[in-house]
Amino acid sequence: MSIWDYANPTRFLRLVQIVLPWLIGLCVLAFAAGLYMSFFVAPEDYQQGDTVRIMFIHVPAAWLAMMCYSIMAMSSLGTLVWKHPLADVSAKSAAPIGAAFTFMSLVTGSLWGKPMWGTYWVWDARLTSVLVLLIMYLGLMTLWRTMDDPIKAGKAAAVLTLVGALNLPVIKFSVDWWNTLHQPASVVRMDGPTIHPDILWPLVIMAIAFTLLFFVLHLMAMRNEIMRRRVRALRQRAASVSFPSTATASTQAAE
Amino acid sequence: MSSSRTPEYLLKLIAENLTIDRGGRRVFQDLSFTLESGTALVVTGANGIGKSSLLRTLAGLVFLSKGSIRLEGGQDDRQPQEQAHYFGHQDAVKPALSVLENLVFWQSFSAPVSVSSFAGQKMEPLEALQVLGIGHTAYLPAGYLSAGQRRRLSLCRLLVTPRPVWLMDEPTSALDKASEGQLLELMNGHIAHGGLIVTATHTDLALDRVQILHLKAEIVEALLAEEDF
Amino acid sequence: MSSWAMVLFQRDLRLSVRIGGSAMVGVLFFLAVVTVIPFGVGPDLNLLARIGPAILWIGALLATLLGLDRLFQADREDGTLDLMLMAGRPLELVVLIKCLAHWVATGLPLVVAAPLLSIFLNIDPVAMGAITLTLLVGTPALTLIGAIGASLTVSLRRGGLLLAVLVVPLAIPVLIFGVSAADAAIHDPVPFMTPFLILCSLSLIAAVIGPIAAALALRFAGD
Repeated sequence: MSIWDYANPTRFLRLVQIVLPWLIGLCVLAFAAGLYMSFFVAPEDYQQGDTVRIMFIHVPAAWLAMMCYSIMAMSSLGTLVWKHPLADVSAKSAAPIGAAFTFMSLVTGSLWGKPMWGTYWVWDARLTSVLVLLIMYLGLMTLWRTMDDPIKAGKAAAVLTLVGALNLPVIKFSVDWWNTLHQPASVVRMDGPTIHPDILWPLVIMAIAFTLLFFVLHLMAMRNEIMRRRVRALRQRAASVSFPSTATASTQAAE
Repeated sequence: MSSSRTPEYLLKLIAENLTIDRGGRRVFQDLSFTLESGTALVVTGANGIGKSSLLRTLAGLVFLSKGSIRLEGGQDDRQPQEQAHYFGHQDAVKPALSVLENLVFWQSFSAPVSVSSFAGQKMEPLEALQVLGIGHTAYLPAGYLSAGQRRRLSLCRLLVTPRPVWLMDEPTSALDKASEGQLLELMNGHIAHGGLIVTATHTDLALDRVQILHLKAEIVEALLAEEDF
Repeated sequence: MSSWAMVLFQRDLRLSVRIGGSAMVGVLFFLAVVTVIPFGVGPDLNLLARIGPAILWIGALLATLLGLDRLFQADREDGTLDLMLMAGRPLELVVLIKCLAHWVATGLPLVVAAPLLSIFLNIDPVAMGAITLTLLVGTPALTLIGAIGASLTVSLRRGGLLLAVLVVPLAIPVLIFGVSAADAAIHDPVPFMTPFLILCSLSLIAAVIGPIAAALALRFAGD
């Protein structure tokens, strides 16, 4: 094993230790500004009233649901192509976070839907696509959990993540197609064609805050995962009597 | 080893710095050896030391963390493991197929290898079954075979598709004395034809030209100090 | 196609026919699903005719997915998979051929059974033909996509349920266009050919992505 391979997690942990406090600070600031603007600066919608403020949580959550999957897809490439040990850790720890944001965007979506559509759930193309995304996240998490060997599980999950990434556009396209077939486009879209700056700015800042939150959580989760694997390795070594053994080759002619 | 052969005639299995990790545990590291045409490498060592892992690594079934495996003088367009037979603990025999169907499938499915330095000939399935004394079962479903007979059927696989390298993990298990003698004869025949054998075994095998690779445990402190995961 | 491919195809077909009649079990499951639906939604023939294509497609989807867990597992358990990896044949093609054999043994019987089951659902002959045709074109895609799930769960003892969970999201497009094409033949909101051709293309895409991804996962599983 090369220096690169095992020095990296250690170096990574050191980096996390330095970066994390700053990131947390920035994240808190962004949230403070974003939440203040969403609640006190942004005007009520003339049609939707105060419910429009759900958007400031919903849209960033939906954005992260997608971004998180792309990060997992890139990490999976890292696992399969470059066989980088951190890539696998990154993909694994991103999955629950992604699932949480996806779930959040679903919940806020249906909360917003209740006053708008009169029901918590409609089989709207977007909501449906996000629901499928949630199932994919949960499936990936289950796959990781059911396999004992983290390396093997990582590779299997990487294959599935990439297949999913290839498939997501197809799924989106089919769901849209299915939706237009069954429900003529009468559903009010959340984002109109133009967004007033008073709404746009809080939205942008909230999106930044959410992205920062993602990175904070992701780095923490990666740190935990590395620790978890170390504990696992230590236990394994404690269990086996003759661990790291170099096999020495003594060859002799016996004729 | 005796060097009566000319260099270009030689088939060489070269393993360099083999290092493998399984389930987060380092099984062995920096293992190197060279095996020439017409020799058997007998891998010995305690239980769990990694003999089976070494054979599976040579069979291309375990990913190398480091190192390389080459077959010099073999077919260039094929990986080393695609020029090898793996005779492991599992028989890969389908009980629902007849004995002959099992064998014919493997003959057609495994790509044969022809290299000038290896004189092993392709044997017909029925003939191979006769050689190993299970000719009378050819048309029976393989589910009726005993463990030893299944093992011999699995061994027939090695005869019907000529490949220069045989990787044999505990080849004598589940075989009686008579079959063991037969197995030795076959292995010696393979060596005589210029083939290579890597075998892991606990019993002494009376093979003609043998190298021994003894695996023994060494605790490496450096590895403990430098944790990865 | 070269001889080894033919031999592999015949072997897999023989195995699935000889062991436990997997084709029959799939068809029986299909029948059970279709039988259960009227008990759930009521015996209204008009309603059944309207949702008939969907019932048949969902039944076929479930029957296909639930039959897939042994696709590679049986070969892994007795060491065959190891030897297949060493055989010197392109693993992607091996997977494709195994899927083909599996489809002929388990998917094709579903397609054949579909017209019979349509009768229970009060579906008229034209729609019956359309549904059968869409199943014929679409079920190979389900098998091929399912092969990815089968290869990922090959080392798990009870991978069947997980396989279904992993594969269902990927199979949604096939279901959408399969049912849409069948629906289009009955009460045409759109021409039949549009969804049908998309369904064909989905099958072709699955024939590429499925074997590549499954082969990749199987190589890792050999470790």
